[in-house]
Amino acid sequence: MNGPVNGTVSRVVDVLVVGAGPAGLAAAARLAARGAGRVLVLDREQQPGGVPRHCEHRGFGPPGRRWTGPEYAARAAEAAVGAGAELRTGATVLGWAGPHTLDTTGPEGPERITARAVVLATGARERSRSARLVPGTRPAGVLTTGELQQAVYLYGRPVGRRAVIVGAEPVAYAALDALRRAGARPLAMVTGLPRSQAPLARAQRARLLGGVPLLTGAQVTELLGRPRLTGIRLRRGDGRSTVLACDTVVFTGDFTPENELARRGGITLDAGTRGPAVDAAFRTAQPGVFAVGSVLHAAESARVAAHEGALAARSVLRHLTGPAGWPDADAVTVRTELPLRWSVPNRLTPGAPVAGTFLLRTHRFLTRPTLRVTQDGRTLHRERHHRTAVPGRPVPLAGVWIPRVDPDGGPVWVGVG
Amino acid sequence: MTVTTTGPLPNAPYDVAVIGAGVVGTAVARELARHRALRIALVEAAHDVGEGTSKANTAILHTGFDAVPGSLESRLMADGSHRLARYAAETGIPVERVGALLVAWNEEQRAALPELAAKAGRNGRHDTRLLTPGELYTREPHLAPGALGALEVPGESIVCPWSTTLAYATQAVLAGTDLHLGCRVTGIRERAGHHELRCARGVLRARYLVNAAGLAADTVDGMLGHHDFTVTPRRGQLIVFDTLAGDLVRHILLPVPTALGKGVLVAPTVYGNVLLGPTAEDLDDKRATESTADGLAALRAKGRGILPALLDEEVTAVYAGLRAATGHEDYRIRAHPAQRSVTVGGIRSTGLTASMGIAAHVTGLLADTGLVLGEPRDLPPLRMPPLGRRAVRPCRQAALVAADPEYGTVVCHCELVSRAEIRDALAAPLPPHSVAGLRRRTRAGAGRCQGAYCGAAVTDLFERSDAGERV
Repeated sequence: MNGPVNGTVSRVVDVLVVGAGPAGLAAAARLAARGAGRVLVLDREQQPGGVPRHCEHRGFGPPGRRWTGPEYAARAAEAAVGAGAELRTGATVLGWAGPHTLDTTGPEGPERITARAVVLATGARERSRSARLVPGTRPAGVLTTGELQQAVYLYGRPVGRRAVIVGAEPVAYAALDALRRAGARPLAMVTGLPRSQAPLARAQRARLLGGVPLLTGAQVTELLGRPRLTGIRLRRGDGRSTVLACDTVVFTGDFTPENELARRGGITLDAGTRGPAVDAAFRTAQPGVFAVGSVLHAAESARVAAHEGALAARSVLRHLTGPAGWPDADAVTVRTELPLRWSVPNRLTPGAPVAGTFLLRTHRFLTRPTLRVTQDGRTLHRERHHRTAVPGRPVPLAGVWIPRVDPDGGPVWVGVG
Repeated sequence: MTVTTTGPLPNAPYDVAVIGAGVVGTAVARELARHRALRIALVEAAHDVGEGTSKANTAILHTGFDAVPGSLESRLMADGSHRLARYAAETGIPVERVGALLVAWNEEQRAALPELAAKAGRNGRHDTRLLTPGELYTREPHLAPGALGALEVPGESIVCPWSTTLAYATQAVLAGTDLHLGCRVTGIRERAGHHELRCARGVLRARYLVNAAGLAADTVDGMLGHHDFTVTPRRGQLIVFDTLAGDLVRHILLPVPTALGKGVLVAPTVYGNVLLGPTAEDLDDKRATESTADGLAALRAKGRGILPALLDEEVTAVYAGLRAATGHEDYRIRAHPAQRSVTVGGIRSTGLTASMGIAAHVTGLLADTGLVLGEPRDLPPLRMPPLGRRAVRPCRQAALVAADPEYGTVVCHCELVSRAEIRDALAAPLPPHSVAGLRRRTRAGAGRCQGAYCGAAVTDLFERSDAGERV
């Protein structure tokens, strides 16, 4: 029985932003500065900032600044509050009570908040060992990067002595840093792919200077030990099986959108991203509900998320001040063919701004790929890329072809070759 | 009220020692604890209650409709399921009477349904009903196409197995039972009218003995000189799907049983997840509670054939438990009057259902053996935390949060567990010994992120509490 409960307080705001990470805070700051009225940002964590609040490495913030994650988180929150947005942390959104009404709770008790527009900025999480269906025992010492970083940077807890990192996306290297900080020895990085997904310099520094080998083409087939991890079994590319003795394993990357609120609200999800389907104005299929940041594309950098937040703010303002109206739910969808995984935006609606760039993802490395956009068998666009497309990292696609889309036609397909 | 985890054991002899604090042992201890005059020890090898098969099963409160009619198992399941349903309602153990559907996927299975209905009748369940395909798909619209019909068994229920064991143990402890954890029994000898239990933490003396050691029941029986049965662990692997899959299934979907076992089921859980499993693998190793690639692949293939949309949903957890099979069809519950002991063995897969029935039966056997029970009394009242999907979580209760804002401070976001609930569990009469034990008591970390968001915070609370700090 998850409905309203006696004693619930009600209030009304103009814009309710769910999630005070980079995307939500940037949207709130811009909305408040541009006079959107009462802008309320909620976050269920005790501190604002989202993922950056537990990323100690530098490189956050506008170009030229080299803020740490917590520095960035604090500044982003200050900017939103300074612009006039109300920021509430420790506030949990429980579910929908209406198209623009959400039930929340926190130390002040249950509340029901109605807004003229809702912005979902709920972010993404790394998939757990169970979600990845890794067999074996259920020992202590099995973490994701997010949990590891919180344990090390927020709680100063020891995490183990000998660790293996699963994955070689950029986030895996952040896990490497956190393990070192905690005094654990990183033994190896393991990936099923043929090489690292991180920038070359980063990957080489870890391997050559850090002495952490990258085992490619390798799958974790079993976790061993109880009650604490004693090792992981690997199947190497040549079919051999080996055991790496370790007391800690960190499952990194493999992000999935935090889409519960969107799903509970009946908001159409994109089949590829599993996040809300949106057009270039960050409009979901649900009138008055926008979505922004890594819930759309698990996961992008804080910089991309914040940039989207600012763009989405413009779109929300237009919705609040302009003529009433929302594009039809049966918009033309943008779909991808293997080896591409998904595209954002993934809906094309009349009246939406022409998306400067579509963000794509690939399942495997693609050397100098040519991207092809078609609709009903008609080629709309071809684009040759001069860089390798890397799994887990953004592959951009220019939006110049949008005017050529038939609004009454079938889905637009993006493929390779 | 005593729970010990370290240090020497008391010198004074107990009236009864119960070996094994799983769902059966705790139920027996609780039943005995109703008799004020008795001094009872509950002795457990692990550092928490319910650490064996009791924590890793299908979480179903059966009616016993398909038990062997006239067997002890049939009788104790019928008695136990009534008792536990009542007890759960009293104490707030999450339980839901969702009913089961035995789905027939071919003609042979459909033809078997009337005989199963008749068997249910011989087990005292006269409320089963045959469903047409139309009725079946109305009940379960997401079921894979091709089902030919089903037998409905209305009384089958889903239950929280962890709350059940914890409730029994807590109530026993509140009534005066001494619970000794981390206390593996390594030998038993008779001395001056007492059993002397050699334990990891010293010697414990008791006049009467109950062997409820589950997977180790044959080993403990061996210490008493009995070699009536051998426990062969039969592993069951299970997959727990995310609560967002919860709308896909309303009943416990059972396969029509075959000679090979009960097969793979799909069921809702009281927390709102969907459960797929179990496998049935006969093993030698009584510790082999790991999942395997083959097992998970087999379950997913079965699941796809039952509820295809389930396979698109995120997996929250995977676990495996070992049923204590003995090669016999029925329970192996036997009194040894000369020895003043009762063996409770072969409780394969229905122990949760029958636990309170077994407890009453064992208490009767002890009395027959000469134990003077004395007058029973009411046990101290107990209220378990509202963990089920049908309960109102504390963070949603305005009055509760107003009285104590920590009930509104949500720590585990996936399962909406507040800081106050974690604090309460850590300060309970039977506190957790591990983060996993805390998870079973509160649901903290049991959701889709598996601790990615809250793991560090929950571990911090646990470790500080374990170090003696008040959190």
